[in-house]
Amino acid sequence: MRMIAAVAVAAFVTLRAGAQPPPPAVPSAPQQPSEITTTITGEGGAPPRLAVPEFIALTRDAETQAIARTITRVLFDDLTFEREFALVPRDIYSTIPAATGFSDVPFDRWRELNADGLIIGTVQKLPAGLRIEVRLFDMRSRQPLPPSAFGKEYSGSAANPRLYAHTMADEIHQSQRALRGVARTKLTFNSDRDGERMTGTIENRSVKEIYIVDYDGENQRRVTVGKSLNITPTWSPDGRSIAYSSYRRGQPNIFISNIYQGTLEELTKTAGNNFTPSWSPDGTRLCFASTRDGNMEIYVANRDGSNVRRLTNHPASDITPTWAPSGTQIAFTSDRTGTPQIYIVGADGLGLQKLTSEPYADRATWSPGPFNEVAYTARTGPGNDIKVISLATREVRQLTFGEGTNESPSWAANGRHLAYTSTRSGKTQIFTMARDGKNLKQITRLGNNYQPDWSR
Amino acid sequence: MKHERGVRLQPDQEGVFTMTIRSAVSILLVLGFTVACGSKTPPVARPAPPPPTIASAEPARPPAPPEPVAEPTVVPPEPVPGDSISSASLDDLNRSSPLKPVFFDYDSAEVAAPAQAALTENAAVLKRYPAWTVTIEGHCDERGTAEYNLALGERRAVAARTYLVSLGIPADRLRTVSYGKEFPFDPGHDEAAYAKNRRAHFVITAK
Repeated sequence: MRMIAAVAVAAFVTLRAGAQPPPPAVPSAPQQPSEITTTITGEGGAPPRLAVPEFIALTRDAETQAIARTITRVLFDDLTFEREFALVPRDIYSTIPAATGFSDVPFDRWRELNADGLIIGTVQKLPAGLRIEVRLFDMRSRQPLPPSAFGKEYSGSAANPRLYAHTMADEIHQSQRALRGVARTKLTFNSDRDGERMTGTIENRSVKEIYIVDYDGENQRRVTVGKSLNITPTWSPDGRSIAYSSYRRGQPNIFISNIYQGTLEELTKTAGNNFTPSWSPDGTRLCFASTRDGNMEIYVANRDGSNVRRLTNHPASDITPTWAPSGTQIAFTSDRTGTPQIYIVGADGLGLQKLTSEPYADRATWSPGPFNEVAYTARTGPGNDIKVISLATREVRQLTFGEGTNESPSWAANGRHLAYTSTRSGKTQIFTMARDGKNLKQITRLGNNYQPDWSR
Repeated sequence: MKHERGVRLQPDQEGVFTMTIRSAVSILLVLGFTVACGSKTPPVARPAPPPPTIASAEPARPPAPPEPVAEPTVVPPEPVPGDSISSASLDDLNRSSPLKPVFFDYDSAEVAAPAQAALTENAAVLKRYPAWTVTIEGHCDERGTAEYNLALGERRAVAARTYLVSLGIPADRLRTVSYGKEFPFDPGHDEAAYAKNRRAHFVITAK
């Protein structure tokens, strides 16, 4: 009891079920500081070693136990993903007896493990959902009872227990490593997985619909039902809307799907063909490629489709723009030298410069801070690979090396990971990797999946 | 060798054949002369039997009222009546594809000589059916990237349209759309498939 009183946690986060994203955490008038500033460090600059034993189900029914297991597993994976912590393999501590609550954690046994931190959590079933509490104990402390370096309590729906783990992981990364985690981000992409056929065409053509998926490959859900070709989806910065190109009216136009409201807006209604939308960092504008004036050029418009301005003016083709995190520049593909290359232009249409000198380069994606980089697809042989160019030094790094063909990179919100498509496992599938090309993870397995975009 | 020998034999065979015809003609001439000389009796005219009278078996009827005159049907001026193409539905029309696809070189939107020939044929068809409007779809093979191929497909469609316009087809009958590499005609992964997929495909959208 003394220990619980010592843990000064008063932040409550409400999690909502299903399609609803978690609203921003609103502390309920904390009487005590809601953030604990202690930071656990590893020995000699190494990543802190963490142990994450199974969360304790305070209500002993099977459902709560299953939820506790899910949260533990997802939290373990989320904390592994950013490589900021070294997670102690769970079989090493399988002999340490399980606690029944915070009051009987066998800290002496855990100290033998030589971990820097220990995460203990409890799951309690309530009449209307769940109550979950988590603490990260500083095992390097010499105090008889290790102090808590991080602690938080969550309550909400039992519909998606994974979201509690994702929230904890993001908050632990933020408090311990000053890092913006991506555990609550999602990918959007297009896929032919449902095998539906286009109507109104003689040739046998498969529809492509827009889907979303959690960053770890879970909760794959379909967004569009257009029975048409829907491509190049892209998240609005607030994660509540997806802009994409759809051929549902014959000519490709840009639509904006407000996925949590179930409403659809049309950004472009002109006779030209409109492709590859990209949101400005503040979400108020979009840039895209259009043939409205006869040739494929880059345009900028307000989110409601008003105030269309043309950024490029060249008889070559300009396509697939991407906005810089600063909002002042746009990178895009142009074949004005004969082969497609990446160019940069100011958001006001001035200051054009050529960025790449590849045999063939396409689909630039501008890294969020602190990395000042552009990732793109480059032709490296019969197929393509993912490369990254530094805007400061113009140094080029290659991240994939000819295993299948690799295309359509998209940065994670913290710039530490990339999603892309690869044919290395047979069909075209979406993978994620760290920004050094390591930690490859396959996200999709059904049908062919294309053009991922990672939410902010 | 076999083939050459066969060719050399032909004049001989033809000679034999001509000989056979000549002898057959002379035999016929001889036969005809014999028949003409042999018939000495003159032909005798015989009365033909009267035609059967069906009406007599039944009571006489008043003459049938005249048939109402059919409203004159408006014949569409174009295209010519009896044309199977004009009567087909749009789907059937596109299935039989009277407009030929046009193929392009790798990474190119240039209308080369074979493509020019196909477009000239297509222009002739479009001039014969001036009511048709057509969507020109630009397609690419799978080797380029999905995003840039949207631009390349657009350029192919526009190149095909520009050539048709230069042949006198009004631009407002020709829309363009790019499908990039989204809809390969041949799902294969070799040059033969790629060559079929780098194309401008014509779809009749109204007639």
